[in-house]
Amino acid sequence: MKRVVITGAGTVNALGHSVADTMAAMREGVCGIAPLAFRDVERLQIQIGGQVRGFEAEGRYNRQQMSLYDRFTQFTLAAAKEAIEQSGLSFFGELSARSGVVLGTAGGGVSTWDDNYRLVYEEGKNRVHPFVVPKLMNNAAASHISIEWNLKGPSFTVATACASSNHAMAQAFSMVRSGMAPAMITGGSESMLCFGGVKAWEGLRVMSRDACRPFSANRNGMVQGEGAGVFVFEEMEHARARGAEILCEVAGFAMTSDAADIVMPSKAGAARAMAGALSDAGLNRDEVGYINAHGTGTAANDKTECAAVADVFGPHADNLMISSTKSMHGHLIGGTGAVELLACIMALRDGVIAPTIGYQEPDPECALDVVPNEAREAKVNVALSNAFAFGGMNAVLALRKI
Amino acid sequence: MGVKEQVIAIIAEQAVLEPEDVTLECTLESLGIDSMGLVESIFAIEEAFDISVPFNANNPTASDFDITSVASIIAGIERLRAVQG
Repeated sequence: MKRVVITGAGTVNALGHSVADTMAAMREGVCGIAPLAFRDVERLQIQIGGQVRGFEAEGRYNRQQMSLYDRFTQFTLAAAKEAIEQSGLSFFGELSARSGVVLGTAGGGVSTWDDNYRLVYEEGKNRVHPFVVPKLMNNAAASHISIEWNLKGPSFTVATACASSNHAMAQAFSMVRSGMAPAMITGGSESMLCFGGVKAWEGLRVMSRDACRPFSANRNGMVQGEGAGVFVFEEMEHARARGAEILCEVAGFAMTSDAADIVMPSKAGAARAMAGALSDAGLNRDEVGYINAHGTGTAANDKTECAAVADVFGPHADNLMISSTKSMHGHLIGGTGAVELLACIMALRDGVIAPTIGYQEPDPECALDVVPNEAREAKVNVALSNAFAFGGMNAVLALRKI
Repeated sequence: MGVKEQVIAIIAEQAVLEPEDVTLECTLESLGIDSMGLVESIFAIEEAFDISVPFNANNPTASDFDITSVASIIAGIERLRAVQG
């Protein structure tokens, strides 16, 4: 078994268009959630979200690329460029032949579906652009990374709703750990902030109209975000041999399924995933200093997640910190685990714990140290990143300081 | 703008050339337009002239629409406009 490290990170999200900007915003407890701006927003009941601002495709991509890149692909390519350039890797020969891309997304090119349904249903057109299919397909972002960076190994896209990125990164991790690939590009992205995308979520009645307040007694739902997080996972000796900067180690993971309800979370499923990730990584429970929570801000998730943490960690649950950065960047659905991995890297590498902002009232059912409202300095050696999806599909990553 | 000028403008945009560099004798291949560029050009032609072009990308030479050169494309559009207009 090989050891796996992260040698590059990139992101675009409501907090920033780079890792440095995003981490700075997390340290400052900045809220990236604001009124949504897009066509027909006035017809929505939910009018807030973690929308990416100031990211214009024009000028960044040429006309041919724009006809092929949905917004979720645009975010992914920008994040991939940042991550791969940081890693210093160039893919040719054997490295190119064996390295690939595994990404998560729940919806793929949602705004491409939305725009073209408008054309044919609302505007009555009978013709759509020839590239609608290659633009909206869920694997488009992974494919364009592969094409742009000459990655010829195993590449595919994982869709497990809100756990997509964590499932994708777990898969990439196991490929590098097993020796199947020397390096993998992994993470995820989502861009559902368009009329149809938000309208669909509205139907479920789990969305907040004012703020995402994870673990707070007065929390009233989730807030959607958008963006991408992309990482370079690399075999540790490969990275050391070339003197690469190592951000942290990916030490283990676990995936579990609740096999219960299509939307209600299960304490047992979440607990088995956290315990499984520690066991896979060969770590003791009392080594965990920080958990980046799934922490959606819904009544059901947050209390179930806290109960699962208490079950897994016992008395140590009171010593560790757990925060939800969704309070700042919103819930990026299939891309969320990837952006949240940045909070784990910041905890391990920089010793800064991102806060749960918007926290107003303690909830006895969420009686853990949720790092309310202000970032904290703390030395952390092991962190977990939780993702628990609709459909009862859970994926937890364990990370270690190097 | 006449049909000829409009077609040349569409093809020039696809080929990332100035319209004056696209002549009637040019083939799409000589202009560097690949199969993806071809389907995009046909889409743009359908939109511009509100016609339906009988073109199947699986077998481009078998359709009634002759894409051999810029001139044959213009002639094809004029025939379709006469029938479908």
